[in-house]
Amino acid sequence: MSNVLANQERLKIFGLLSPAYLWLTVAIFLPLSAMLYFSFLSDVPFGDAEWTYTANNYRAFFQTSTYATLLWKSLKLGLMVTCISLLVGFPCAYVLAKAIKGRSREALFLLVILPFWSNSLVRIFSWAIVLRGNGVLELGLNAILPFEVDVNLMFTTPAIVIGLVHSYLPYVILTSYLALQAIDDNLIDAARSMGANKLTILWRIILPLSLPGLLAGAVLIFVPVVGSFMEPRILGGRVGTYFGTVIEDQFVAVFNWPLGAALSFILLAVVLLILAVASPVLKRAQT
Amino acid sequence: MKKQFLMATTIAVFGTAAAADEIRVLNWQGYGTDLDWAVGAFAQASGHTVVHEYFNSEQEMLTKLRTNPGAYDVVLINAAFTPQAQEEGLIGPIDVTLIENLSDVPPDIAGNPDLNAGGALHGVPWTWGLTSFAVNTGEFDQTPDSIEVFWDKAHEGKVSIRDDALEAVQFAAIATGQDINNISDLDAVQAKLAELMPQIKTYWGSENDWNQFMAAGDLDVATFWSGSASRSMAAGLPVQFVVPKEGAIGWLDGLSIPTSSTKKEAAHQFIDWMIDPEFYVKWAADGAPASANAKAAAALPDEAFNKRILGDPEVVARVQFQRPVSEENRKKYLELWQGLKAAQ
Repeated sequence: MSNVLANQERLKIFGLLSPAYLWLTVAIFLPLSAMLYFSFLSDVPFGDAEWTYTANNYRAFFQTSTYATLLWKSLKLGLMVTCISLLVGFPCAYVLAKAIKGRSREALFLLVILPFWSNSLVRIFSWAIVLRGNGVLELGLNAILPFEVDVNLMFTTPAIVIGLVHSYLPYVILTSYLALQAIDDNLIDAARSMGANKLTILWRIILPLSLPGLLAGAVLIFVPVVGSFMEPRILGGRVGTYFGTVIEDQFVAVFNWPLGAALSFILLAVVLLILAVASPVLKRAQT
Repeated sequence: MKKQFLMATTIAVFGTAAAADEIRVLNWQGYGTDLDWAVGAFAQASGHTVVHEYFNSEQEMLTKLRTNPGAYDVVLINAAFTPQAQEEGLIGPIDVTLIENLSDVPPDIAGNPDLNAGGALHGVPWTWGLTSFAVNTGEFDQTPDSIEVFWDKAHEGKVSIRDDALEAVQFAAIATGQDINNISDLDAVQAKLAELMPQIKTYWGSENDWNQFMAAGDLDVATFWSGSASRSMAAGLPVQFVVPKEGAIGWLDGLSIPTSSTKKEAAHQFIDWMIDPEFYVKWAADGAPASANAKAAAALPDEAFNKRILGDPEVVARVQFQRPVSEENRKKYLELWQGLKAAQ
């Protein structure tokens, strides 16, 4: 009897899980395996091109300092964008979760999610119009301020950071919002009634309880930013060469797919390593 | 008029022999073959329709030829890549009897060793041009005549070159007085480029990029292609194309027919139309590279960019034409360029 039940239960679980896992297999696992295969070839196996199995593509990473330098530069960029997004996004999520109710919350939420609904290229080119010398930002500031300012952020690292923060801010707001909303208001009231000041409440209650959301947001931002290539290329100009743009070059400009694939997997490995090292902290935060 | 009639009749004769075909052309986007009026005129005269597919780099073009046999009937190949395509068996020899206008192409161009890879003509010379630079005329009282303007501190942060390893290395080879096809002192090239990097505001990727950066006043001086420069000047940008005394990089583009094409006759007809003076004069009015067809070049009005600058034998004497680059050198150049970019 219990066996039949268990079987039925198993069937149900299987039925519910299989669409997602089938999709993941087809859409992620297969292309990734193909790329992993490519990364061990000497040439793209199209047409008559001759190719052999080799680990040279991975060796190439260590042969010059170019790739390591760029990877380090990309990691620093990821860290910077993640920190700024957390600093900007968390207060916003707090206000949305705890201070504002009803209609105005919906309206504010819409504004937060809006970047998700616009094409990323359109977003980046809009920033290019705003940030360039003689651009919208400079004209606007000079119209308001009594003195002349010269704002030309285009083709600088700050321009890249601004573009990336804009693209990824919604992640941290959404994940923090969910975590903050789950905090029972009574806890905060209780702390206050026992004499805790605002800073103590933030530090001892709100931050620890919302940490899982905050960290989830941080991971969601950090990983894609480290591999980003569009924002650095368009907004960064001369300083916009990162690990992601070099990988893109291998696929688009140089047609060295095997090297591009190998560099991608090195990036993946480094990111996984960072997450693994950080996982004790992440786990502690969740309990 | 007589010529036009002749073309119409020759095409009509072919047209009746072969049924209306749809030929597929592989080219850079917006590079002559896909002009609406040109394709329309060809369809009207021959009955063949033309469909386009585009590539963004020579490597992509070669990959497309390798992976899609039979998909293309005409392909644009830079002469520096024709030997490789011929060697891989991707393109077949041209039947010169089917291309009437070929007789108007000067023998030194038609006999180009790269286009004649494997001992037979494998690419019909179509256009040629220069990779040199253009300046924003608003920022210069006198048009500079030396490539050293790129290293002039007065233009720091107002300089751009294309994000392309080969072009960057050959550009610096010219600046260091070397043969672009046989660079003996690569260290000098690297040092020269390293010195250039702080001057650069951004790299440009496409003609559109270039025009936008110039129009926004981001740049004073930037490397550019002659054909693109003529278009930008025609569009009213305040720029002037310069062939400096140190020289410039020259390139030659040919039209080839893939071995796997099933519509070779229609493909030959299309190529014949592409080197026809009538087509070229009309194309040049909107900005085109120089034609390989002497008759077409001569038919241009005297004030035309391609006649004024590229028609000057003294200028042509300074040009170093690009030859094929070995895989080994290509890799070396790429490493050099990536290293320089990563150090920024």
